[in-house]
Amino acid sequence: MIAMMAAPTLVHLSAVDLVIIAFYFLLVLAIGFYLKRFAKTGEDFFLAGREMTAWVAGLAFVSANLGSLELLGWAGSAYQYGILAAHWYWIGAIPAMVFLGIVMMPFYYISKTHSVPGYLQLRYGSEASGLSAITFAVMTILMSGVNMYAMAVVMKVVLGWDINFSIWVSSLTVGVYVAAGGLFSAIFNEVLQFFLIWFGALLIPILGMIETGGWHGMVARIHQDFPGQEFTHMWAPMRSFADNPMGIHWTGIVFGLGAVQAMGYWTTDFLVVQRVLSAKDMRSAKMAPIIGSFFKMAVPLIVILPGLLGRAVLPMHLVPASDLQPGQHSFNEVLPLMLGRYCGPGLLGLGITALVAGFMAGMAGNVSAFATVWTYDIYRPFIRKTATDQHYVAMGRWCTLIGLIVSIGTAYLVMNFASIMDYVQALFGFFIAPLFGTVLLGMLWKRVTRAAGFWGLLAGTLSSVGMFTLMKLDRSWVSVFALSPRAQGLAQDMYQALWSCVTCVVVTVLVTLVTKPKPDRELKGLVYALTEVPREEHASWLHKPVVWGAVALVVLVVLQIIFW
Amino acid sequence: MSEDHHIIPIWFFVGFLLLVYGFLILVSGLAEWSHPPNTVLAELHAPVWWGGLLVVLGLIYCLKYYPRGES
Repeated sequence: MIAMMAAPTLVHLSAVDLVIIAFYFLLVLAIGFYLKRFAKTGEDFFLAGREMTAWVAGLAFVSANLGSLELLGWAGSAYQYGILAAHWYWIGAIPAMVFLGIVMMPFYYISKTHSVPGYLQLRYGSEASGLSAITFAVMTILMSGVNMYAMAVVMKVVLGWDINFSIWVSSLTVGVYVAAGGLFSAIFNEVLQFFLIWFGALLIPILGMIETGGWHGMVARIHQDFPGQEFTHMWAPMRSFADNPMGIHWTGIVFGLGAVQAMGYWTTDFLVVQRVLSAKDMRSAKMAPIIGSFFKMAVPLIVILPGLLGRAVLPMHLVPASDLQPGQHSFNEVLPLMLGRYCGPGLLGLGITALVAGFMAGMAGNVSAFATVWTYDIYRPFIRKTATDQHYVAMGRWCTLIGLIVSIGTAYLVMNFASIMDYVQALFGFFIAPLFGTVLLGMLWKRVTRAAGFWGLLAGTLSSVGMFTLMKLDRSWVSVFALSPRAQGLAQDMYQALWSCVTCVVVTVLVTLVTKPKPDRELKGLVYALTEVPREEHASWLHKPVVWGAVALVVLVVLQIIFW
Repeated sequence: MSEDHHIIPIWFFVGFLLLVYGFLILVSGLAEWSHPPNTVLAELHAPVWWGGLLVVLGLIYCLKYYPRGES
């Protein structure tokens, strides 16, 4: 360990920091072994017994998305693009979370599905469900491996730890506690991680604001150091592609991000939806994403603000990872640099533990979602239709371990082809935007047919892959799909999501018009017109999800006005 | 949290974690009081008040959610 830490690193840990990190590993393993006795049936292992309160499900829901890749990446994006990055936390999350809670959750919950592909199986049949399940299973394993590799790289850059050491210790720990307690373990760990991340990172904006003299002091420093560049307004610089560092127009944010990408991710990505499905009743399932939306709105405080503060206070200028020269630091290192700037022994250990916990929760989330989709949506319908519940639980446990071993292989693969990381994340996005079109049309329009669900999803996914490939091979396609040659990576992703969802919807509608619909009796509880959603007549207005959803949307609008 | 399984509430584990971390950070902050680390704003002694805050929150959670009489 001492030899590892002799290499030049961003920060140096003391004995108390190492004790804090070691204690976290021991605690999560102990919790995993403790929870093993409760994960006996399929519903326990894959859906945490469906008995989580709205608060636990809501925190796990938002935590599943608050991994360390997210923290480091968005803090880096805030340094690079300014407060525009906060759109991914506000318009790019809140309306979708409220929509999930109020409109979509009743269908997922009433149908008693184990997963999003499980819903597609009930609504459309095995073709759309199989396509969705296989793609999702492959992507979760790849993402778990990417997460593992990213954590190892961060630990090497920040602390000088050996990459193999980080990969094996973290994956063994995650494997043991998820295989033991299933979704119980994953959710417990996500809630712990939520608190760790907040208490580990919140000191950075507090001390940063003290150092700069508050928001206005920070803005003045940024304008002084980077004259003529706009980093501190959210909407004003998006009147044209040329006025902001991201090269995006407001239509890309509103329609590409808010209406498609965010809706797709927050309402159909099973990794996050699985947390809400663990809720103990319908009201908790509806409240969970809305509770999560309030915490999500606050996350820019510990992610975006440190990135902006980095612009104001760091003595060096950070650069893109692709242009990194010896002695320089990349955008993605802004959070560890700020941590090292303000945090001494003890606090540094807490901050690093928060990052480690975030990476491990990301891996746990991916492998637990993989185990569920593999067991219930691939193994059970296509390989072994009739087996005991115990058999499927055993399959889930083995899948967790096998999934982690494959993830380790992926991590080593990514190590040899570093640029694959960007491609894998883009691949994940290929599937989410069209899936939203398929699920939403299926829920809201009873006429949509089995064949239309499959062909629409396939066409949307292929169009997304096609656009991505064309833009990578020939830059001139960027102005065609992303509407401006100035569009940067994130802007390209938003328009790619928008067009792939439109393609999915158009193909689904066209195929629906020439094929035979399912009879109404087969669609009860699956589509809006044929589902009796229980009303909450006896609940006071304070307990109604729709009231809190409206409050979340009002707060969102106020935030947009403040930072316009 | 669980009616059927009688699982120790997650909030107890959260409190325990905050309590242990708060204690460690508070003690290390007090130990370095006279020779603070070479960080910006070290004179504010953040580990002392941040560690103290974690101890208080951890204690509240531990006491409120202590698993009484459940396996």
